[in-house]
Amino acid sequence: MSDSFPWLTVIGLVPLIGAVVLGLLPRTATRLHKSVALVTSLVVLALTIAMCVAFEPGGDRFQFVQAYDWISAFGVQYAVGADGIALVLLALIAVLVPVVILASWNDADAAPPEQQIAAGTEAVGADVASGVAVRPRRRSVRTFFVLVLVLETMMIGVFAATDVFLFYVFFEAMLIPMYFLIGSYGGPRRSYAAMKFLLYSLAGGLLMLAAVIGLYVVSADQGEGTFAFEQLVGLEMSTGVEIALFSGFFIAFAIKAPLFPFHTWLPDAGAEAPVGGAVLLVGILDKVGTFGFLRYCLPLFPEASRILGPYIIVLCVIGILYGALLAMGQKDLKRLISYTSVAHFGFIGLGIFAFTTQGQTGAVLYMVNHGLSTGALFLVAGFLIARGRSRLVPDYSGVAAAAPILAGTFLIAGLSALALPGLSTFISEFLVLIGTFSRYPVAAVLAAIGVILAAIYILLAYQRTMQGPLRLPAGVDKIRDLHLREVMAVAPLLALMIFLGFYPKPLTDVINPAVEATMKDTGRTDPTPTQGRGDAAAPAR
Amino acid sequence: MPGEILSPQLSYAPAAPMLLVFAAALISVLIEGFAPAARRRGLQIAVSLLGLLSALVATILLAGTEELVFSDAIAVDGPTLFLQGTLAVLGMAGVLLLSERSLDSSGGAVVARASALPGSREDVALAEATEIQTEVYPLALFSLGGMMLFPACNNLLLMFVALEVLSLPLYLMAGLARRRRLLSQEAAVKYFLLGAFASAFFLYGVALLYGYAGSVDLGDVLSATRTTGSNDALLFVGLAMLAVGLLFKVGAVPFQAWTPDVYQGSPTPVTALMAACTKIAAFGAMLRVLYVGFGATGWDWRPMMWGIAILTMGVGAVLAVTQSDVKRMLAYSSVAHTGFILVGVIALSGQGLSGTLFYLLAYGFTTIASFAVVTLVRDSSGEATHLSQWAGLGRKSPLVAGTFAFFLAALAGIPLTSGFMAKFAVFAAGVDGGATALVVVGVVASAVTAFFYARVVVLMFFNEPPPDGPTVAIPSVFTAGTIGLGLAVSVVLGVLPQPFLDLAGRASQFVY
Repeated sequence: MSDSFPWLTVIGLVPLIGAVVLGLLPRTATRLHKSVALVTSLVVLALTIAMCVAFEPGGDRFQFVQAYDWISAFGVQYAVGADGIALVLLALIAVLVPVVILASWNDADAAPPEQQIAAGTEAVGADVASGVAVRPRRRSVRTFFVLVLVLETMMIGVFAATDVFLFYVFFEAMLIPMYFLIGSYGGPRRSYAAMKFLLYSLAGGLLMLAAVIGLYVVSADQGEGTFAFEQLVGLEMSTGVEIALFSGFFIAFAIKAPLFPFHTWLPDAGAEAPVGGAVLLVGILDKVGTFGFLRYCLPLFPEASRILGPYIIVLCVIGILYGALLAMGQKDLKRLISYTSVAHFGFIGLGIFAFTTQGQTGAVLYMVNHGLSTGALFLVAGFLIARGRSRLVPDYSGVAAAAPILAGTFLIAGLSALALPGLSTFISEFLVLIGTFSRYPVAAVLAAIGVILAAIYILLAYQRTMQGPLRLPAGVDKIRDLHLREVMAVAPLLALMIFLGFYPKPLTDVINPAVEATMKDTGRTDPTPTQGRGDAAAPAR
Repeated sequence: MPGEILSPQLSYAPAAPMLLVFAAALISVLIEGFAPAARRRGLQIAVSLLGLLSALVATILLAGTEELVFSDAIAVDGPTLFLQGTLAVLGMAGVLLLSERSLDSSGGAVVARASALPGSREDVALAEATEIQTEVYPLALFSLGGMMLFPACNNLLLMFVALEVLSLPLYLMAGLARRRRLLSQEAAVKYFLLGAFASAFFLYGVALLYGYAGSVDLGDVLSATRTTGSNDALLFVGLAMLAVGLLFKVGAVPFQAWTPDVYQGSPTPVTALMAACTKIAAFGAMLRVLYVGFGATGWDWRPMMWGIAILTMGVGAVLAVTQSDVKRMLAYSSVAHTGFILVGVIALSGQGLSGTLFYLLAYGFTTIASFAVVTLVRDSSGEATHLSQWAGLGRKSPLVAGTFAFFLAALAGIPLTSGFMAKFAVFAAGVDGGATALVVVGVVASAVTAFFYARVVVLMFFNEPPPDGPTVAIPSVFTAGTIGLGLAVSVVLGVLPQPFLDLAGRASQFVY
């Protein structure tokens, strides 16, 4: 069945069909909208689990392959397929989307934040001045869930594509639903954040377009012009061309990831996006950047990766330390989490460009674990902010006394973000560090300082908000603990973190062959005699 | 051979598309003269649409024809027929827009007596009068006939005639706006004066090239460039002059100054027709001149065109950012797009030609439909074109705002829209032709254009509507049909472009 059944296409289409169905439902049936969205995302989850079962870890590198001519004039194919790396990220999408839908259940119902908090934007101010009563405007619940589902289709497409052109199409098209999610449902400065997000991503994407075209022309010079990934690997080109094309891809991915110094859009977008949007943004969209490094930058341009790798390592280390320092200085809880992500993406980049099997396996694991831990952190922060109507850390104190479950989930998610042993992120961080140490010991040592800083910023934030005497933002009398829906949203993430912390083998079994194939494409070998071939389970034991 | 007059070989069938449109234009003049006033409008619409439809059918029937007719003055070949077919469809859409009467309270976007002094009592009365004139139909048909002839001309003198036939009615139509008469008349005068200058340059260029090659046939110019010994100064000065005329029509920098004023002042349906069709026709003519007449001297004119393309992309993109009027913004965006299309023209290859043809097709439909959307957003004084008035439009009428946002995405070149495929086609041709630097500039300019398109989306969707904002008028089937057509083409070209790329690819062969 696994050979014939078009898993990836079907999984990609289900959310789109769900979005169309949602669009046809009457505007006012909001409960129905939510249910349809949730059911759709659960169907995707079920199908993805079935696909993962059908995946053979020891089989072909790309499985569930389909290829049809799409635009033969450009040699473009609709070609999809999943290797181990793509598979685990697809699984991450399938897990996070239902969680996001459940967690955002009532978010879109609420009036826009500036009307809740009355943070005098121009429009509201003008209305007040002219004496017109400000009527809280309900935002479309239906549109919110349509956007989430369309985004899911795009995200699945971007990881499943094995044709560079198709990848680029999803890579760019993905921006549009996210742009509207931030711009329509975000915080008070949402239109600024949405614009910044769009322009950064689009600028990077267009540079990548130039590189994609360049790649096509290079391939056309050596026979038939193609975008098929497997044919492009090993393409002969001069080092100068290779570096130019590598840079086009790299900058686009570095903006997306985001790597220092291309990260400045993330704190704004992460802070202003609605909580569900922020989870998808940081949890999945940004992974496209690191996924792109691994899937496209390294195998397509091995020579350029080798030459520029050390410089990128420097950027990653700066990102780890700089992100961590800035996270410590943040008062805004969502900005804080965004900056922690900058640090984490530094780790992922480090693992990838260290060119060791351990490092890259660690990096892929890190992508999944970061999606789980930061996703959970954003969700819990969102629950807290929805109760207190303030994003500022100093506004809260002693919440644990009033809302123990909220505080507990925050703590677990936070501990996972700081990579406590026993939680899943520890294994990935450890693998990245030993993978890096064997080639760049100084970078590994510096990055290890980031681990300590992570403990500081997470525990400080926890201590300030959750412990001490109970104090809530002005105008909020009491704080309720998490109710059942919220617990159900966040529980799967915590469970996965703990489970994968003790037993990461299912993931590493799938990731390892794909990483080895990537290493082979780049023509590099591990520097030291490999201990246990980077079998990720080894250090955890 | 003085004294002897050769009777030209006339073969009408291959020239049928333009002849049908000109015939419709003449009938339309007769209707204007003889039909009773009450029935004129209906008849004019029917004749215009029928004429253009028959022209479209003729281009389809002629598909694959490659021959020179009318003593080698007209070349009927792939590019000619591709562009004529496109122009016929866009012309129909333009006629539909001109026929829209349910948007303006007094009907029609076109004033009854354009001669009335702006601001005079007569003029004020006319703005609200339900009286209509239908002279705009023959004008539009003559202009469209000229546009269809323009890219088909293998003879520079005939090309000049076509240029005038397409331009003169446009100058008049630019001054016909019912509202904001002064702006409209200014647009008409400005367009006419600058256009006349450009035409003069063009004619002077033709004269110099005749001095160089001893003929005004493009094929003869080409063979003259291949044989050494002639005076190169005449060739290059002649080409430069010719290029001024053509670059003016496509709105390339530094000949773009008229674009924003004329686009803003003209009645919006006329702007739509002009923006979409003139650009197509003028690029068609430019392609023929450069690919046929100067195909062997590419090394000489490419540096100049490089400079112009870079300037056009840069100036268009940057100036569009500062605009506060939606029509002016679209005008500068059209300048930037001219730059992108020039990238394909400069490639000087079959790929460049087919890419450019595809770009023109995609751009024409998106543009005409986006101006059609502009006609829908109105307040008491007519169209509300100031961008601040568009704030919150997505809240009040999500459908219209969503459609416009889609067109903006297509203009910005977001994947899965026609604009992306078109941009990809010309940029790929550019890189293939060795113009990598130009493509990088194009990519950067695209990022800048994305900024102002996204800004409009922010305004429409993320801002609160002003309390006394404009309303969205409910269009009749005329405007709705045009918008629907534009939307359909923009989606199809973005998702399944292969048949159209094939069509453009098969059409990319000039005869001379």
